[in-house]
Amino acid sequence: MDEADNKGAPSHDLAPAPDADSSIEYLSRAALIRRRFWRHRLARLGIAVLLPLYFLAIFADFVAPYRADTRLKGFKDAPPSVIRFGVEANIFQPYVYARKRSFHSKTFREIYTEVEEVKYPIHFFVRGEPYSVLGLFELDIHLFGVEDGTNITLFGTDIVGRDLFSRTTIAARVSLFIGLGGVAISFVLGCLIGGISGYFGGIIDEFIQRVIDLLIAIPTLPLWMALSAAIPIKWSVTQTYFAITIVLSVVGWTGLARVVRGKLLSLRDLDFVTAARLSGGSDLYVITRHLLPNFASHLIVSLTLAIPGMILGETALSFIGLGMQEPGVSWGVLLQDTMNFGALVHQPWKLIPGFFIIVTVLMFNFVGDGLRDAADPYSL
Amino acid sequence: MLLVIVRRILILIPMLVMLSMTCFAIIQLPPGDYLSTYILNLENQGLVVDEAEVARLTQRYGLGQPLHVQYLRWMRNFLAHGDLGRSFGSYGSSHSNKPVTDIIAERLPATIIISIVSTIVVWAVAIPIGIYSATHQYSLTDYVATFVGFIGLALPNFLFAIIIMWIVFAQTGHAVTGLFSLEFRHAPWSIAKAIDMLKNIWAPVLVLSTAGIAGMIRVMRANLLDELNKQYVVTARSKGLSERRLLWKYPVRIAFNPIFSTIGWLLPAIVGGEALVSIVFNLNTIGPVLLSAVLRQDMYLAGSIIMILSALTLIGTLISDLALVWLDPRIRYD
Repeated sequence: MDEADNKGAPSHDLAPAPDADSSIEYLSRAALIRRRFWRHRLARLGIAVLLPLYFLAIFADFVAPYRADTRLKGFKDAPPSVIRFGVEANIFQPYVYARKRSFHSKTFREIYTEVEEVKYPIHFFVRGEPYSVLGLFELDIHLFGVEDGTNITLFGTDIVGRDLFSRTTIAARVSLFIGLGGVAISFVLGCLIGGISGYFGGIIDEFIQRVIDLLIAIPTLPLWMALSAAIPIKWSVTQTYFAITIVLSVVGWTGLARVVRGKLLSLRDLDFVTAARLSGGSDLYVITRHLLPNFASHLIVSLTLAIPGMILGETALSFIGLGMQEPGVSWGVLLQDTMNFGALVHQPWKLIPGFFIIVTVLMFNFVGDGLRDAADPYSL
Repeated sequence: MLLVIVRRILILIPMLVMLSMTCFAIIQLPPGDYLSTYILNLENQGLVVDEAEVARLTQRYGLGQPLHVQYLRWMRNFLAHGDLGRSFGSYGSSHSNKPVTDIIAERLPATIIISIVSTIVVWAVAIPIGIYSATHQYSLTDYVATFVGFIGLALPNFLFAIIIMWIVFAQTGHAVTGLFSLEFRHAPWSIAKAIDMLKNIWAPVLVLSTAGIAGMIRVMRANLLDELNKQYVVTARSKGLSERRLLWKYPVRIAFNPIFSTIGWLLPAIVGGEALVSIVFNLNTIGPVLLSAVLRQDMYLAGSIIMILSALTLIGTLISDLALVWLDPRIRYD
């Protein structure tokens, strides 16, 4: 990465680079930020974890062996499958054993024991339940699966026998992308309102600032809860999804608007802005061409750091039953099953979706920190 | 000093007015009006609504009239009679259709206690650790504090609460739920009851303060590091001031300022988090009431709860701002 930047940048420059060593001086600002970002170890880790997670979410239907609502008959509250490895006919082959259900004599709790007679090899790119791709056509190829007669549940199953691994991957789609959607709306609102506030100043500014103060003072979660009360229960999964995105960004834009306003206030009286305006640039032109680029990096940092808050918000709302509704799934919906903490003693695998939330939020914070350090011209 | 206080209090008044308008908007947000939802609720319970009652309620809330009339009527009832409307449901007691203010008054003390205790714990834990982290940068403690800080930010409140309940239940068989054990739940206040509360209150306080502690350690550490690199610190040290005196006399005092001024953000977070954590721990606070009100679209209750919580937060912020004025002479003489 660093190498490519070193060589790439100066070749487009008018001044010829005398030798490789001094070429470092010709790096563009963007290239400098990129270099500093990649030097941040935790930020690299964040990217390395988040990218696969997002790929997992995009191809969830393909990766998941079952659909989110498929009930595996006779496999309620089954623990994760144990994957074993063996060499069959000179081929390295992972396999699982079939499981048999019995009941505890006193508590009637399900007990699953492996039947160590037949090995069921795990096949890759197998045909399974059909799913639609972007609503355009149907496919039935899955990344992995086992033959009929048994099943594979990497993360165990829930109380009605739905595969938790499939549900977690499919839920990732809602949980991971709601943050991006919410931030996108917040971005537009924040830039627009913050821009108006900072650019015009005066009474408009005072009013907008008071509104922002007020929104920040209202405890976020109760506000979200009340707003989601307005989402009709009859709405479809997609409608609910967009409604929640909007609810989350009602609060989200305030932080961004403050950043935009603060930066605009400090920039708007500088000479180059006056020059642009005197040359006949319209307000919108001056804002978008001269002012916004000046703090774009700052905006990106604020945006990245806002995403985890949105993901946590959706999770919390869904967890208490005000967010996504079945048949829609998100990590928060999956965690509803953990409300019964007594059952967790016997079925701790139901906490696995929570692990995904923690990792995602943590990684976004790492990336945000890395971006902030990289975009700060004073840190070297 | 007096001028600053008066000005700050004067700013609070329009804020509270805007807040009440926002909350009224929230009340109006769900489709259908209060009365039709109310009638629907009664019919679901198999009760018949008589015409006189409907007429009385229509009159009382100004239903059918323009929104601003309804708003003014709602506010007048509140300011003149302390009446915020009525709730559909019964909460705990046999008396259904209770005044919203009664329900809130019953539950508010526990909410305030937990929020204040959590805030104090956040400060008491985060500030010393933040100072230690900054003065012993890159030490083992610093790394541990940073790591715990990151985890604290990433771990959702409710998940943390569940994990605590699960661990405690698995180890001891004791379910950390509710603020009091069964035998004390309806008992009058006594020393035994207070001790019993301490046995249960640690869990919500631990959960609530963790996220705040995580954030505050980071702020305190960063602020103090900025100060420690300044020249006056070098000068003071070169003049032979003892490290301890040097640290406490100036840099720590200056590093406190942003912490005081951001309490306005800490408070909403703790109060909001409290609502969620109480739902998980089944505490007798505002949170669970708000949830059931929202689920039932009992909007006068939901909107009023948000208004009271936000108003308290605004007042808490005001107090912290005034503390900042007292602490920092630069603001006082501005």
